[in-house]
Amino acid sequence: MNQDIIISKNVRLYYGQKEALHGINLNFIKNKITALIGPSGCGKSTYLRCLDRMNDLIPEAKMTGTIKINNHDIYAPRVNVADLRREVGMVSQQPNPFPFSVFDNVAYGLRLEGIKNKKKLAPIVESSLKQAAIWDEVKDHLNDNALSFSGGQQQRICIARTLAIKPKIILLDEPTSALDPISSFQVENTLLSIKKDYTIIIVTHNMQQASRISDRTAFFLNGKLIEFDDTKRMFLNPKNEKTNDYLNGKFG
Amino acid sequence: MHDSFLEALNHLQGSFMSMGINVSEQIYQAIESFKNKDDKLAEQVIKHDENINSDEINLEKEALNLIALQQPVANDFRSIISFLKASSDLERIGDHAATISKETIRMKKDNIGEFKDVNKIISKMEVKLRSMLEATLDAFLRGDESSARLTAQDDILIDKQFVIARNIVTNEIKQNTKQIPLVGSYLYTIRLLERIGDHIVNLDEQVVYSHSGKIIELNPGKLKPDLIRKELQAESGSGKSKSKQNK
Repeated sequence: MNQDIIISKNVRLYYGQKEALHGINLNFIKNKITALIGPSGCGKSTYLRCLDRMNDLIPEAKMTGTIKINNHDIYAPRVNVADLRREVGMVSQQPNPFPFSVFDNVAYGLRLEGIKNKKKLAPIVESSLKQAAIWDEVKDHLNDNALSFSGGQQQRICIARTLAIKPKIILLDEPTSALDPISSFQVENTLLSIKKDYTIIIVTHNMQQASRISDRTAFFLNGKLIEFDDTKRMFLNPKNEKTNDYLNGKFG
Repeated sequence: MHDSFLEALNHLQGSFMSMGINVSEQIYQAIESFKNKDDKLAEQVIKHDENINSDEINLEKEALNLIALQQPVANDFRSIISFLKASSDLERIGDHAATISKETIRMKKDNIGEFKDVNKIISKMEVKLRSMLEATLDAFLRGDESSARLTAQDDILIDKQFVIARNIVTNEIKQNTKQIPLVGSYLYTIRLLERIGDHIVNLDEQVVYSHSGKIIELNPGKLKPDLIRKELQAESGSGKSKSKQNK
């Protein structure tokens, strides 16, 4: 049976008076990759940021509807947002390692949690870097500044940093749009190799990327969810004409 | 490319190979049952053809998914297209084997006898066709274009056997019109075997496409329509002169 780890109902998001999301109902299955696609300004990134409450940081943004993760309403009054973000990791568009060593980057979240002992940190850092498929490239340079690596390597270091705190869900907002094709493939390979342990939601402008790596795809347009289906079904035979036109590159 | 893509491509190749081996076995069983009037075996061939048909559908789905979801280019793309097109030919070969088996069942039921001489030719055709098919599958596996081109040349041997067998059965009909039903079955069967040869040549063309991207015609009979007639004439001419010498 499908295990829905995230259930969102009638999610509406307002920037001031303007309604940017018009009631999104979307569920995510555990240990699957779901891609959110759609043209610029369709609301896919806005929706993604609802899932770890990043929109809380925008003063005029207001959300209605419910989002439950593992059956807990993440917008309930007593929810600790830091705890939520331990469960829900985020990797952003531009690789954004901190300006210090690879080791310290990956250990950052663990140190925040109070793990200071290097002997305890080292194995977690190593396994996180291995999971992110970057270990072989950085194992002899753990004390080098993370910014000294290529964009693709930096992005995988950021994924390792996210994995180190063992989230259940990983959100990625166009994680490869700033990378060359080879680095993008490496990041995609990383995602495919870790999906057995994580639920992954990826916003992408790259339809080919969505088709290559995701299990399910959601197509957004003008703040609405137009179609949501198995990726295979959607790319071979979309039900909605707008999805068909978008996939064919007729707009967006 | 992703490991998952390469895995899927290997799986597609594996599905294609096992379909090819099953089809080769079908040709063998169909001709065995034809020669021995073994209607039980013929029924098995017909039943097994359903598996081959569903294998082809599954292979087609696999190939279409790969194209739609992975957008392969260059040699990966050509490889998938070649499996997609070649699987239709394999399926059709399977259909021909099943049709021969249906003819076997009918012949057995009507008890219309046999042409022993033609059975020998049919045996030869079967052995040659299977060796062509297996060589072609091997060429697919190794991406061996020159081997595929050589195998396609062998279709001329099948075409010649077909013409020889046809001449024998049409002569029979001239002598005894009661043989018409039997002649009908034999003509049908040898024609199907000849067609199987053409489908194998199509497979060889796909090996060439997959390997080099060239879209070509390899069928020797199509390239030179007079070839078989001329070669047979030459052979019978040399046969006559030899026999004269012997005398």
